[in-house]
Amino acid sequence: MERKIIIPGEVIIEGDSYLPGEGTTKTSEGIVALRYGLAEESNNLIKVIPLTGVYYPRRGNIVIGKVENITFNGWVIDIGASDNGFLSLMEVPRFVNKDALDEVLNLGEMVVLKIWAINKRGVDLSLKSRGLGKIDEGILVHINSNKVPRVIGKEGSMISLIKEETGCQITVGQNGIIWIKGKKIDDEVFAKKAIMFIAENSFKKGLTEKIQEWFKEEKK
Amino acid sequence: MKKDIKENLFLLKMEKKNKMTEYKRADGRKLNELREIQAKVGIIPNADGSAMFSFGKGDHKTMAIAAVYGPKKMHPQHSQDPSKCTLRCDYSMVSFSTNERMRTGPNRRSTEISKITEWALEPLLLVDEFKNMVIDVHIFILQADASTRCAGINAAALALAHAGIPMKDLASSVSTGKIDKNLVLDLNSYEDCVFHEGEGSTDIPFTFTGKGEITHIQLDGKIETEQLKEVVKMAREACKKIHEIQKQALKDSLGDLK
Repeated sequence: MERKIIIPGEVIIEGDSYLPGEGTTKTSEGIVALRYGLAEESNNLIKVIPLTGVYYPRRGNIVIGKVENITFNGWVIDIGASDNGFLSLMEVPRFVNKDALDEVLNLGEMVVLKIWAINKRGVDLSLKSRGLGKIDEGILVHINSNKVPRVIGKEGSMISLIKEETGCQITVGQNGIIWIKGKKIDDEVFAKKAIMFIAENSFKKGLTEKIQEWFKEEKK
Repeated sequence: MKKDIKENLFLLKMEKKNKMTEYKRADGRKLNELREIQAKVGIIPNADGSAMFSFGKGDHKTMAIAAVYGPKKMHPQHSQDPSKCTLRCDYSMVSFSTNERMRTGPNRRSTEISKITEWALEPLLLVDEFKNMVIDVHIFILQADASTRCAGINAAALALAHAGIPMKDLASSVSTGKIDKNLVLDLNSYEDCVFHEGEGSTDIPFTFTGKGEITHIQLDGKIETEQLKEVVKMAREACKKIHEIQKQALKDSLGDLK
C-alpha cells in the first residue's frame, strides 16, 4: 500500500488480511483510522504517523526545557508538555549548595535533560547522563514534536548529515526543541535553515535525497 | 396582495411540474440547496490545531474559525476530572461579526452554544488516556449570517482532527428550518425568522458523524412528526456533502506528497 493522508473515521484498507497498528482500529469494514496523519504499511501492519499535535512525554526521552521555578529541593522545568517537569537535587551529578540553587540553574535558563520517570505528579527529570546540562551558547529552534523523528532520520542518518554539512553540534530534544552550537553564527543559521526545510517537507517521499539536493543548491 | 409580497420576498414559484409547485428562495437557491462552502485547516500557527469553515460568499457569509489547544493540564485544579478528559468549548461572536456591533464577552446565547458544541463533539473523541486533562476549543465567528453554530461545529471538528486528537469520526453540522410550510436547508439570516403562514419560525440545527449518526439536534419552534422525519433525511444528505468538503480540506492541507 502506498503512503496516504487519512482522516479520522476513514477506511484505510478493506479486507481482514491486515493488522491494526497505532492510531487505527479494526472493524467489519477493514482498518479504520482514528487520527489524522499518514497511513503506512509494513509487514501487513497498518499504522498512522501523526503530523500534528502536542508532545507526550515518554520515559527515556532527551528533552530541552526552561527553568520555570526553583523550590527548596529542585527545579520546576517547562518541557512543553501537559505536565511540568521536575528536576530533583538528587539528580544533579555534582555538589549543590542548598542555599544557592540558582547558582547551578537560574530562572529562564535552558537545560538538556532526560526523562527518567513519569508518574501521577508529573515528569521526573535527570541530569545524570552524558551530554546533559545547561545550555549557555548557540541557538534554539522550535519545531513540532511529531517531526522530530524526521529530523533525526533512520538511525540518526539525517542529523549526522546536517552536522557534517554545517559543522555544528546539534542536540535534538524529543519535545521539538533543537539546540545548535557552531563555531560561527552563520553556520548555526544555516543549520537552522536546514532543519526548518526538513520540518516543512517532513511528510514527503525521499526526504534524504531532497535534503542532499537542498544542501548542494544552498552551497553554490 | 399580502400573498404576492410573501412570494416575492421569500419564495418564488418557479414552474409547475407534475402539478407540484417548485420554489426558489430569495437568494436563488432551491429549497434543499446549500450555500457555497469553504474549509481550510492550519490557519493559526500558534494553535495545536486550527480550521476555518464558511457558508455563503461575499457580504452574505457565515465564517467561523476554531483553534484547539491540548490535551493539556486542567486549571483550576479542582475542575480536573480523574475519570476522563474534558472537552471545553468557547464560542464567541466577535464584535464586528454583525451589522450592529456585538457587545464583547460571554452572553446567554454564546454560553448555550458553547455547551451545545461540547455535547455535539464529545461523543466523537477517544481520549480516555488523557485523564485529568482538558482540550480547549476556541471558536470565533468572524462574520455572521445565520447557521453560526453549525459553522462553528464544523470548524471545531476540523480543528480537533488537525490537532491529532484521536477521534471515531468527523462531525458535520447543518441547519434546517421552515419557510411557511416548506422545509429548507442552510438558512441565511434573511430567512431565519420570517413566516406568514404555517406554524411560525422554525429552526433545527443538526450534527451528524461521517457515518450518518446524529450527535446533536436542536428544535426551536414547531414541526410535525412527518416533516421532522423528512428534514432529518434532508440534513443527513447535506451533511454527507459537508463531510466530503471537510475531508478534502484536511487532505489538501499538506499539499503534494512527492
